[in-house]
This record gives sequence, structure tokens and C-alpha cells, in this order.
Amino acid sequence: MSAPIKAKHQRLVLVVIALVALIGAGLLAMWALRNQASYFYLPAEMAANPPEAGRAVRLGGMVEAGSLKTDPDGVTIRFTVSDSTARVPVVFKGIVPDLFKEGSGVVAEGRLDPRGQFVADNLLAKHDEKYVPREMKDMTAAQARQTIEETK
Amino acid sequence: MIANLGLAALWLAAALALLQLLAAWRALRMAGAKEGALVRPVAIVQGLLAALAFVCLIAVFCQTDLSVKLVAMNSHSAKPMLYKFAGAWGNHEGSMLLWVTIMGLAGGLVALVERRLPEPTMLATLAAQAFVSLGFYAFLLISSNPFERLDPAAPEGQGLNPLLQDPGLAFHPPTLYIGYVGLSIAFSFAVGALITREVSPAFARAMRPWVLGAWIFLTIGIVAGSYWAYYELGWGGWWFWDPVENASLMPWLAATALLHSASVLAARNALRAWTVMLGVVAFSMSMVGTFLVRSGILTSVHAFAVDPERGSFILGLLALNIGAALVLFALRAATVTEGERFAVTSREGALVFNNVMLTGALGIVLIGTLYPLLAEALGTKVSVGPPYFNPMTAVFVVPMLAVLAVGPLLRWRQDSFARITPMVAIPALLTGAAASVLVLKGMAVLPLLGMALAAGLALAAFMPLRGRKLSRVNLPLWGMIAAHFGVAVALFGMAADSAWTVERLVAVQTGQAVEVGPWKVTLRTIVPVAGPNWTALEGEMEARYKGGDPRMLHPQARAFWAPPQQTSESALATRWNGQLYAVLGEQAEDGRWQLRLWWKPFVTMIWFGGLLIALGGVLALIGRVWSDLKRIIARGKIAYRRERQGR
Repeated sequence: MSAPIKAKHQRLVLVVIALVALIGAGLLAMWALRNQASYFYLPAEMAANPPEAGRAVRLGGMVEAGSLKTDPDGVTIRFTVSDSTARVPVVFKGIVPDLFKEGSGVVAEGRLDPRGQFVADNLLAKHDEKYVPREMKDMTAAQARQTIEETK
Repeated sequence: MIANLGLAALWLAAALALLQLLAAWRALRMAGAKEGALVRPVAIVQGLLAALAFVCLIAVFCQTDLSVKLVAMNSHSAKPMLYKFAGAWGNHEGSMLLWVTIMGLAGGLVALVERRLPEPTMLATLAAQAFVSLGFYAFLLISSNPFERLDPAAPEGQGLNPLLQDPGLAFHPPTLYIGYVGLSIAFSFAVGALITREVSPAFARAMRPWVLGAWIFLTIGIVAGSYWAYYELGWGGWWFWDPVENASLMPWLAATALLHSASVLAARNALRAWTVMLGVVAFSMSMVGTFLVRSGILTSVHAFAVDPERGSFILGLLALNIGAALVLFALRAATVTEGERFAVTSREGALVFNNVMLTGALGIVLIGTLYPLLAEALGTKVSVGPPYFNPMTAVFVVPMLAVLAVGPLLRWRQDSFARITPMVAIPALLTGAAASVLVLKGMAVLPLLGMALAAGLALAAFMPLRGRKLSRVNLPLWGMIAAHFGVAVALFGMAADSAWTVERLVAVQTGQAVEVGPWKVTLRTIVPVAGPNWTALEGEMEARYKGGDPRMLHPQARAFWAPPQQTSESALATRWNGQLYAVLGEQAEDGRWQLRLWWKPFVTMIWFGGLLIALGGVLALIGRVWSDLKRIIARGKIAYRRERQGR
């Protein structure tokens, strides 16, 4: 085996290895984030500029009143998420969060299928007054605007 | 009355922290200054006063003193006693008071028992601890006073978030915080060593038990938090890459790297500047985590109140502490002399690899956690989840685990692969064999890698015992073996859970049976039940494993009334080879009930593995402290004998 390298060089080599690994980790992270971060859409944005089918995104909006239907299997639900301008049909299989109901806000995690239907893997609803998903903070503002427009 | 006492104790503790800082500073500047003698006693009293303030907070919570704003906001007279008690830290102000209490007590403990380092280094260490504490005292007293009063007192409290009303609340936050904040000791040791230019093996040996202690608590805290989230949230997952989870993982990764590099410094006097740097980084990660969790920029069950002032305050503290430590490091790094040399193929070489990979994984998690916040500041909303974290951390963790099998077999300084080939070959063959069997079974890439590596690692963990007399193996070595074996066990659990979990989502009438994996589950009936501050619908389920004896499961859909909120309480049936997990959903219009069932083979191995890792830490800590004690006793005896002979 090689003899221990000279002290001065050893420190240099170690510093270089550490830097290369850290910069490598940084570049790798940046590259992966570019490809894999999932983006947040409002219904209007999704209608105007839909993400490609199969790409992981989040959709946030209001559960339209009267749109919630349960399939005969008892566990698949369909509803429409809307804002003032656009509507997106959503299908979800699972137990809905406790505060999920028509007329309230929801953030759906999932992807668009080729037919333009949003397949949700997960629904985030408002848990309580103190716990609101990050993306929904703005949505309540949008909601407020909408209500103002409607009551005009 | 008690609230006033608590507030007074808190102010006094803050004042003592200032005194501790000034006295230590003066003693450092002027050799022989008398103030040096003040530092240790003041540090101890400061810790005790902070603890007194914390006990006062617990007392006002236990008696539900509604003239204290914090109690009125977060407690309720009808809450069970356990949650009144634990609710003291289930809020922003209380948890920050817990933070300064642990910080004060840890500093006091160091002041009380740590005698191995030169006194100036100890003074500088305690000064650094006081400096960081002062910032957090200021934060509490200025913007998060836990003892703020209400006049008149509130008629009733608003209650505690029902998701937190679980025995886990009594255990997970304090354990995690002891780990989190205990790392401040590593930070202060590092700063102290930089100030006095005393980066030596003695420094590493003195710092190591403290880091080890904090790391043990951090490990247990993470394991407890993961298990709590697993059964409480009802999603059947044990890790969500949620920013608050990452906030606990990042200091753990840094502290794990620090433990390993400190052992190189202690044994071989190498990696000197790097070890100091990790000491700074580990606690910096704790502070970054606190900023993420407590500032309100994230919303989660951990973020109690959204208040921009607090966010900027913590950010300021963060920048001040980390910035000052990094500037000090930059100024002094060049004067930290070069460590001992070593070959690439050596124990040191393997540990350097371990450190680089852990730091790389830390970088991946840090960037993935901060990126959504940065993107949002720039106007884009982004979520980063498992599709990013799983493969990207694997890039660093998988090679690290491969080297984990080899490193402990290598000798210090210089070694050859030829010598250890037989000991590495068997685990490597086992890994290869497991991999090829699993490929044939058509398993996905990451679980396959995990399971194959786990098989090899489990065997490799015991290889350092080869050729040793078992009765003569010391405790730290047993600790290492337990921890490394724990990694294999946890890894196996993770891989088994992601590869073999069976999920059923159904709507059934009462009396109907469902099969999930080897289990047959029958929903017998649904009954209403009531607790102290909730009512619930409870499912009565009968579960039979492969037609065996029935086991009863009782998942609940709970409705709390203060504050009004629904939660679902999952039910678990645990066997040695896995867990059955049941959640009760809603009732459909036709009277059927939604059920979500999982059969999760070997999922419990994840937490057993985690506990084994912590156990490894405990064994190592006992071993180190024991040998220190023996040395002290031996030294005492020699001194005593000399004294007698002198007479």
C-alpha cells in the first residue's frame, strides 16, 4: 500500500475531497429539484397552462358545492375544484381528511391524467384554525376576493 | 403568584447568563483575574433558575391558571392531567422555555463536572454557552414571554390541538429537545477550543461524551416522533420528509458525523479543524431547525403561532451565532496545526468517507428543505417530497453503508485490503446473494438495495469481534456493534415496509369481512364512546392472522369539543413479523363504513433499529464515562499514597 502522503498535501487533499463532495451534492440537488419539485397550481393556471400528464403537482382551490360524488365502491370520490374562472375535475381514492367538505378549501397532491382529470394521491384540508397548509394561506385571500366579487 | 415567580426566575437567569459571559471574558483577557472563579457557580445557578422557571410554567398549566395568557390560549380545565402537564411545552412559548432550560442545565452540568480541559478553554466554552443562551433568553423575554398575564382572567381556556393530545406529547418533545439543545455543548466546546487554540485529542475526548449524550436523546426523540406520526396521522407512513422532520434529521446527520470525526481526533490526533467545524455545524442545524419550525414560515402541527416578529428574531439569532462562529473559525482555522498523517486505506480514511457522505446527505436534505422557501420568496410555489429526497439521499447513504461494513475492520493509520478480504467477502457475498434473489422476485430498486445491504451489514456489524475474546471486548466496541447492527435492522424495516406493504381501502357493512395480506378483518359493530374531552365512534374489529385466534381492534373517529376538531385514532395489531394498521373512515349514505387497512411486514424493525442505534450510544457512553472514572479514582489513590509517604 502507498505510504502516508506528506502532511501538507494531505490537508489539501482532504479539503479538496470535502469541497468536491459538497459541491457535487449541491449540483445534484439543484438538478433533481429542477426535475422533481412539484408545483402548485390554481384551477385557472391549470386550465390556461396545464402541466404535462403524469407530472407531480399540487392543485389548490375550492371544492365546488354540489360536485362531490362517491362511486359505488364506497371509497372513490369525485369532485370539482374551482376558482372564480376555471374548474378541474378531481378523482380521489381514500379516506378524506376530517375537515374536507363542499364549499371549503382543499389542496390536492397528484397528477393530471391524459384526459385532463386530476388524480389525487393525497388531500390536504384545513385541520383547524391554527393549522393551514402553506399553499392555502393565499387561497383564503383569493377566496375572500371571490366572495367580495360575488356579493357585489 | 407562581407565574410571577417564574418570570422573576427567568429574568434572574438571563442576568446570570450575562454575568457568566462577562466574568469569563474578563478572566480570559487578564490572566489571574478573580472573576474566573465566578463562572462555574454562576453557570450552575443560571441552569437551576431556568429550570425553576420551567417548573413554574408546568405548575400554572397543571392548575389551569387562566390569568396566564399562555394557559388560556392552549389549555382547558377539562383536559386530562397528562395533557395539562405536557401541554406546558405543546406551544411556542413553553417550548422555547424548555429550550433555554435544557441549555442552562447542560451548561451547568458541564460547569459542575467537566475538569479534563485547561481552565481557560473551559472559561471560553462556558462564555460561548452563555452568549448563545443570552440570545434565547432575550427572545423569550422580549417577544415570547410565557408568563404574560390576562386581566381579567379568561373564563375558560381554548384547549390544546387534539393532534397533540397523545401520550407521545409527554415524551417526544423533551427527548428531542435534550438532543437538539444538548448539541449546544458541542458548539460551545468548539468555540472555546477555537478561542484558546486548544484543538487536541484531549479536547475531543472531553467533548465526546457530551455529544454522545445529546446524540442518544436526539436518536430516541426522532424514533419516538416517527412512531407517533405513524400511528397518529393515520396515513400509514413513518417518515414524510416534512420540513419539521428534516429539521430533526439534519442535526442528527451532523452529530453522527461529529461523533465519528471526534473519535479520529481522540484516537489519532487527525481531522482537527474538521471536527471543530462539525461541532459548529451540528448546533447550527439545530438552530436552523428551530427557525424553520418556530418562525411560522412553515405551517405544520409543530408551528404554533404565526408571528413575523418572532421569525425575524430567530433569524437574527441564527445569523449572529452561526456567523460569529464561522468568522472565528475562518480566523483561527489556519492556526489549527495539521493533524497526524494517514493512508487512504485506513480507519481514518474510512471515517473521512463516512463524514463526507453524511455531510453530502445533510446538504441534500438542507437544500431540499430550504428550496421551497426560497422559491416562494421569488414568487413560485413548489413542493419537494419523496421523489426528490429518497433517491438523492440514497446517492450518499448507500456508498456510506457499504463502507460501514469495511471501516471498523481497518487498522488506524495504514492497512491493506488483502488483510481484511476474508472478513469482508462473506457479508459481500450475502449482499450479492440477497440482491440476486430479490431481483428474481422483481423488487423495486431502492427497497432491493436496502434489503440486500441490510443483510450484508447485519453480518458485517459483528465482524470486528472476530479473533477477539468476547469477555475482553470493551463497552464502546459493543456500542459500535449495536449501533451498526441497528442501522442494518432499521434499513431492513424500511425496505420491507416499502416493498411488502399491502393496503386495502374498502367500504363495508358491519359484519362483513375483508382480507388484507394474511389477515382477515371483520367489522363487527360501531359503537359511540366518550372520553374526558371528546366523543367518538369506535369500530369493533376482529382480526385473524392466517385463521388463528381473533384479536380485537378499536379504531376511532374522535370529535374533540375544545377546540372543536376531528381526529382519527388508528388501531394496531403488532406481531413479531409486522403490524396490522386500521383506520375507520366515514359512513357512506348506504350505511357502509370506509375502512383503510394495511399489513406492514417488519415495519416495527424501523424503530427497533433506531433504538438499537441509541442503545449503541448508551453502551459507548457508559464505557467512556466508566474508564474516565477509573482514571480519576486511580489518580486519587496515587495522590493519597504519595501524601502518606510524604508524611
